[in-house]
Amino acid sequence: MLRLEKLSKSFGGVAAVSDVTFSVAKGTIHAVIGPNGAGKTTLFNLITGLIAPSSGSIRLRGEEVAGLPPESLARRGVARTFQNLQASMNLSAIENVMVGAHLRLNSSLLAAMARRPSLVARDRAARAEAAELLAFVGCGAYLDAEARAMPYGALKRLEIARALAAAPELLFLDEPAAGLNHTETDEVERLIGAIGRRGVTVVLVEHDMKLVMSVAQRIVVLDYGKKLAEGAPDEVRRNPEVIAAYLGAASNGEG
Amino acid sequence: MRAPPLPRALSSRAPTLLFAAALVALPLVLPNAYYFDVAIRIAVNATLAIALNLLIGYAGQISLGHAAFFGLGAYGSAILVGAFGWPPLAALLASAAAVGALAYLVGRAILRLEGHYLAMATLGLGVVASIALSNEVALTGGPDGMAVPDFSVFGWRLAGERSWYWAFAALLVAAILIAGNLVDSPAGRALRALHGSQTAARTLGVDAASFKTRVFVLSAVAAAFVGSLYGHYEGFVTPGLAAFPKSVQLVTMVVVGGMASIWGSVLGAALLSLAPELLARFEGYETIGYGAILVATMIFLPRGIAPSLAARFGRKAA
Amino acid sequence: MANGGWRTDLSSGFGARAPKPDSAFFRRDGNPAVSQFLQLIFAGVTVGATYALSALGFSIIYNASGVINFAQGEFIMLGGMIAASLAATGAPLPLAVVGAVAATALIGFIVAKLAIAPAREADATALVIITIGVSMVLRGGVETTLGKGGRALPPFSGDKPIAFAGAAVLPQSLWALATTLVVVAALALFFARTRLGKGILATAHNRLAAELVGIDTRRVLSMSFVLSAGLGALGGVLIAPIANASYDAGVMLGLKGFVAAAIGGLGSGVGAVVGGLALGLMESMTAGYFSSAYKDAVAIVVVLVILLVRPSGLFGAARGGGT
Repeated sequence: MLRLEKLSKSFGGVAAVSDVTFSVAKGTIHAVIGPNGAGKTTLFNLITGLIAPSSGSIRLRGEEVAGLPPESLARRGVARTFQNLQASMNLSAIENVMVGAHLRLNSSLLAAMARRPSLVARDRAARAEAAELLAFVGCGAYLDAEARAMPYGALKRLEIARALAAAPELLFLDEPAAGLNHTETDEVERLIGAIGRRGVTVVLVEHDMKLVMSVAQRIVVLDYGKKLAEGAPDEVRRNPEVIAAYLGAASNGEG
Repeated sequence: MRAPPLPRALSSRAPTLLFAAALVALPLVLPNAYYFDVAIRIAVNATLAIALNLLIGYAGQISLGHAAFFGLGAYGSAILVGAFGWPPLAALLASAAAVGALAYLVGRAILRLEGHYLAMATLGLGVVASIALSNEVALTGGPDGMAVPDFSVFGWRLAGERSWYWAFAALLVAAILIAGNLVDSPAGRALRALHGSQTAARTLGVDAASFKTRVFVLSAVAAAFVGSLYGHYEGFVTPGLAAFPKSVQLVTMVVVGGMASIWGSVLGAALLSLAPELLARFEGYETIGYGAILVATMIFLPRGIAPSLAARFGRKAA
Repeated sequence: MANGGWRTDLSSGFGARAPKPDSAFFRRDGNPAVSQFLQLIFAGVTVGATYALSALGFSIIYNASGVINFAQGEFIMLGGMIAASLAATGAPLPLAVVGAVAATALIGFIVAKLAIAPAREADATALVIITIGVSMVLRGGVETTLGKGGRALPPFSGDKPIAFAGAAVLPQSLWALATTLVVVAALALFFARTRLGKGILATAHNRLAAELVGIDTRRVLSMSFVLSAGLGALGGVLIAPIANASYDAGVMLGLKGFVAAAIGGLGSGVGAVVGGLALGLMESMTAGYFSSAYKDAVAIVVVLVILLVRPSGLFGAARGGGT
């Protein structure tokens, strides 16, 4: 489904991502982990079109997509959430989720102004779908609430619902459990599992090792912008280089 | 268990229907032509404010030169009908289309900019337009303006304050309905999402540049349309219609009334159109008054009057 | 010259005070075309000096707070108007000048405290609107207290033109140039050597870091307004003897000051001066060789080109704006 080859990005001499190569198979749940500053978010931004790579290739279902803008990737079935929360605070929760369905709805200004019946009907259907998604992620209580009134944990799940509204084939989750407590993290864990069972290919960046180990089918480890290891969770957990670089602290205590 | 809500079509349209009813009843209480003129001015400003609000409040852009579209629309009709003898209806449409084309070219170029850069660019363009209107004396009559023949369609003439009142009132109600339709649609949500987080919207497939340009053009065409009609009503157009003070007045109405609030724009237009009438007795203090209102509103009610009121009373502003 | 507003006065090459290029004054001395060219250079540089001071004002406030002060033009106008009013009451010229600059600087302080500080967290649109509101209050204030008429300030050292290579140079032009150079040098010292100056620069680079090291950023904000208002007023005072001041002169002056700052790069002192002089020259050349009516449009077209092609200007580092 997704293949990165020798992907690199430098910012004025500092190599944020260096020669990264790996593949993501369709229908799997893949995790990208690494210490802070390892280049994980840069990698995400490269793949989802927010920045262009310095060199290397990104192939989505065989098609070269490196350097394409985010709108193009959205059209190709890619959706994502953000580490630093990019919900539209000026909209309500359900409107946020409905924006996710943008590409599947009629976005013509003229049709909107004239209130064409077909547009109204599709919109109503989209609203119902959005409500379902909000319930699916556990935010059903916030339907018409303004986004700016929602708590942090709910907003993170809102972003997931919004991304799912795009009916993506490939979903990127950027630290979905960041800042969440144990209960909320467990819910996110269940959610990711459920999303995977729906057939969506998921790639997530995450620091919470318990979450990663339980949902991921394959893990890629980054350190200083380079790929350090790749494999099934158990392999990676036992890889001495990985332990040395990163899991050292985790394997001793909190895991 | 909450009771099932009213069918959306009815509940959201109710305020508009009430408003339309009030507009129909208003002529019964207006004593003379002067009051009709005031009502017309409010309607014109409210329509302009709604058009501008789509751009500023909903899409989150800024335009300090919007009066230029208003003025250019007015002059377009004035020139086509007055100098070239076009039928007013054709001139109205052609003028609006021309302004739309101009807005498209301009918009594509400057909407990449943000914040104060965009503000300055729109300010500058507005000033260029009013300078051009002032200086091309042969075409526009120069700083003193030019006369505009009456608006007539297939021999039927629209003249007099009362007739024009119905025209502008209908236009205002249409603007409220259309804007309402737009806001609660996929396109409207996309625009508002752009305002909330352009990055996220783009990753969902919202073509930011295209949307911003489209709403800019829409807003400009609406202003030009209103401008053309206004020129016919006044019977006269001057470069002041396109000038910076008019642009500032429009922005003030949007901001004070409430950004991203259609009713806010109507409220803002009403307040600020009536203010000069009220402030007239404090002659010369209008400018200070306007300025003070702008500053005070942005400091104390940053979202404008209507949204603040709505928040106070627990309802979402339209 | 009684038709208020600096636009009309400057467009005729400082009105009747400067000899026309084809007058007998020139035929005495060499090539009329060269004379006219030099004449335009001096005219351009003179008005450019005011633009430069205005641009410096924009840059200082922008550096200190990220705010684009749409009321900057009003500070220039206030300088000219207050000085002219003081002079009209019989005050000696130096006193009028100093008084005007001081009064305007005080007004700048009040503006910063009353209108800008309370809105610190507002977004760019809100701040733009606030400064527009401030400019209206200032403009309206002058209109009501000093009336709509234009006012003249006596030139600093007489208005007999000096002949220079066939061009007529007004002494006021030399005053404008000399003062601007002194001011720029003084500012350079201020920013490099004094605590407040360095504090402003530090805040410009990184407000949070500046606050963390104990710089009072609110004082930086109000002082930057004081400084910019004073600079603007100085520019207004310098140009008032040549072009009449009136209550509505601020809009175009502000716009052109911003254009000058944008040309040179918002936030750059060198850029402000270069931008101001460049703009002044472009304007006078346009007025002299093409059409004085579109002189004002030149500024705007230039800024639009700049914004589209190189938003950071000649010397600036882009800070926000442009995608």
